[in-house]
Amino acid sequence: MAKKEQDLQQVVENAIAEQKVPHVKFKGIDPKNIDVDRLTKPSKETRQEWWGRGLTFLAIILIGMLIVAIIGFVGMHGLATFIDNKVNIFHFLFSTDWNPGAGKNHVGAAAMIVTSFAVTLLAALIATPFSIAVALFMTEYESGKRVQLLQSVMELLVGIPSVVYGFIGLMVVVPAVRTIFGGTGFGILTATLILFVMVLPTITSLTVDAFKAIPKDLRKSSSALGATKWQTIYHVVLRAACSRIMTAIIFGMARAFGEALAVQMAIGNAVLMPYNLVSPAATLTSQLTSQMGNTVMGTLPNNALWSLALLLLIMSLVFNFLVHLIGKKS
Amino acid sequence: MENWQNQKSYIKTFAEDECAISTNNLSVFYGGTVQKLFDVSLGFKKNTITALIGASGSGKSTFLRSLNRMNDRVARVDGSIMFHNLDVNQSKINVYELRKAIGMVFQKPNPFPKSIRENITYALKANGQQNKKKLDQIVEESLRAAALWDEVKDKLDQSALALSGGQQQRLCIARAIALKPEILLLDEPASALDPVSTAKLEDTLKQLRKKYTMVMVTHNMQQASRISEYTAFFHLGHALEYDTTTNIFTNPQGEITEKYIQGSFG
Amino acid sequence: MNAKKTNRIATGVIYFLVGVVILLLVGILGNILISGIPHLSWHFLSSASSSFEAGGGIRDQLFNSLYLLLLTLIISLPIALGAAIYLAEYAPDNWFTQLIRTTIEILSSLPSIVVGLFGYLLFVVQFGFGFSILAGALALTFFNLPTLTSNIEEAIKGVPQTQREAGWALGLSNWKTIHGIVLPAALPGIITGVILSAGRVFGEAAALIYTTGQSGSTVDYSNWNMFSPTSFLNIMRPAETLAVHIWKVNTEGIIPDVNVVSAATSALLVIVVIIFNFGARALGNWIYKRLTAAKIK
Repeated sequence: MAKKEQDLQQVVENAIAEQKVPHVKFKGIDPKNIDVDRLTKPSKETRQEWWGRGLTFLAIILIGMLIVAIIGFVGMHGLATFIDNKVNIFHFLFSTDWNPGAGKNHVGAAAMIVTSFAVTLLAALIATPFSIAVALFMTEYESGKRVQLLQSVMELLVGIPSVVYGFIGLMVVVPAVRTIFGGTGFGILTATLILFVMVLPTITSLTVDAFKAIPKDLRKSSSALGATKWQTIYHVVLRAACSRIMTAIIFGMARAFGEALAVQMAIGNAVLMPYNLVSPAATLTSQLTSQMGNTVMGTLPNNALWSLALLLLIMSLVFNFLVHLIGKKS
Repeated sequence: MENWQNQKSYIKTFAEDECAISTNNLSVFYGGTVQKLFDVSLGFKKNTITALIGASGSGKSTFLRSLNRMNDRVARVDGSIMFHNLDVNQSKINVYELRKAIGMVFQKPNPFPKSIRENITYALKANGQQNKKKLDQIVEESLRAAALWDEVKDKLDQSALALSGGQQQRLCIARAIALKPEILLLDEPASALDPVSTAKLEDTLKQLRKKYTMVMVTHNMQQASRISEYTAFFHLGHALEYDTTTNIFTNPQGEITEKYIQGSFG
Repeated sequence: MNAKKTNRIATGVIYFLVGVVILLLVGILGNILISGIPHLSWHFLSSASSSFEAGGGIRDQLFNSLYLLLLTLIISLPIALGAAIYLAEYAPDNWFTQLIRTTIEILSSLPSIVVGLFGYLLFVVQFGFGFSILAGALALTFFNLPTLTSNIEEAIKGVPQTQREAGWALGLSNWKTIHGIVLPAALPGIITGVILSAGRVFGEAAALIYTTGQSGSTVDYSNWNMFSPTSFLNIMRPAETLAVHIWKVNTEGIIPDVNVVSAATSALLVIVVIIFNFGARALGNWIYKRLTAAKIK
């Protein structure tokens, strides 16, 4: 101990002796004497800050106003059906009699509501096992180049315009359904198959994120206990990612519910209560797309369409709310 | 270690006009309630280097960053900071002007992804200095002062990111002194550097001492002993000891200070 | 059934499902490209479309799509940039910021047909623009803003905090630090984000059907007077884009070669999306290299 202290003293003394450095000349880099007054006065920077914050805040307010305007405008026109035209809201939601041109007792949107939910749920139902399988493949089974390739193709699939999906539906799916099931080929089944492909990448990429967020240790400790890969996946990975997979599915459903053109091109556009999967039907979006141009602003048929748009808007808010609810729970 | 509050301690004080900057009862709170710094009152003598030492989380960096109000956005700072007989820890103080007078160099070299020249001139131009000749002169002087001129004088227009870590850190010093501050705050400036770069950096600091007051956080006891005149020891958010470096290292008053210094040397 | 057997079966099922998905992906992309590319001739790209005869091209639709994209970016980029800067750099952690973030999420998940109909209501009807490129560009801006804002916010947040501290420590204002140091450093990410969102805008149709309209007007490409009704630069004229064209010829068109026109146009759209997707990353990386390379000028 004594020896160590001596060494320490030596180190310090050497170090301090070393501080005597050769003199170096500085020419102009003297600290300038500061003007103390400037420390208490606003300067150019204060003004820049004010402007920068103001301008960017303006952009935020603009976006906020936009959403208020959308909800306000669509809400106003959508509610006109019930306020101005005195349509009974229960009749609107539960009747299948859709012929708004014939008066206020013929504004029943149930057929479209049911069809919209049917294609959405079916598409999500089919897509989910595929999405989970692909996500497992990409995170648990494979890595490297092959995963990257699959991922970029998936991203590409998200980017393909929905009219292109609609066109493929017309070219490939409609004839196939017609050949196998008879009928026209247009209907819920065809729309579902197209939506399935469209929501697949959405659900998959969010599920991949969910799996990647699970710490590696969890898997390791499970396999260390002698669990097979599938047992680890089933008991650890899927369980831990459960709520985020739910979120992924809801995002997929939101996309399917709001999709307009691809569905409109494939579903046949007949406002009938669907009694099977291969008869022509109509969703909220398809009806809006094909009829909005055929009605006159302010009339009941037009207001009725805005009510459909309002319903879409509300459902979109509901999907958002569900995502938040699940996010809060977990 | 638990009885640290009862240990002997000595806080050196200077006359008001000897200090470049001093604090009175400086306390820092994060998130409204978590206190990281407790009533620290230290004065820093003009034209000296003061080292702030202490274990990780002892509050020395928090203290340093409070001096030029870099903690404004993340923490609440109570107490006063006296600079030119003015309490600069008030909301009416123009922090931009304050930071021009109190420069800072960070732990990790952080040059801008611009050329070496632009790294130095960027802030000058923002302050309205547009004279090309004057700018060139300041670039040369500050690079010379940071002992970097000879290494980079032929590649001033190349990206600063192509420099080595040690060169980048000296560029950051040059960038800070180009604004001609009175005080330089250094937050572990050598922690990311290799020994040779560290030696060069220390040389630079020793040269700059003649003109600037410097306060430096360091984990490296040898470094503190090599280049500083005064040393303050921080522990759990308190400044426990403050004296000449020689006294702190050879004759520490408190048990914890002694243990820390011995442990770090061992 | 024992664990090993279950494991084997599960692995088999997963690989089977993945195989189906891969076949689907290859099938879809292959189908579009193979059936469309043979018809993508210079003649097809450079001649006007026909309303009832075979052999029409997509010249006007192609121009309209590009013009609309450009206008949309001009309008949406400053707003998205401002909003992203506010969210990344200024927004305090409080209920208001939370509200704004929720608002942006809601906007991003709104069905594009609803956004389009809102544009129709506000611009086409209320403001009396009529079916016009301007109304379409504004609707597409609404559609684009949330994605673009969050892409840019991500890019800005990716810039290390040490860069901001360097700026603040030099007495620069937060604003000067942002636009002089943070934004240039975030540029590669911002450009990638802009191009990716541009791909979405380029293929969007539902938001346009009731804003730019479903039919074009006669356009004169030698008329550079923006205010002349026949000028190709006139933003108050109705216009049909590539995506709307595909929808239109398939649902209401009577041209006999509808499949050829649709296939070729689809292939063109997909090729553009591919170029945007890969080009975005390549360009971002290239700019990043330029920024950090030894030579600056």
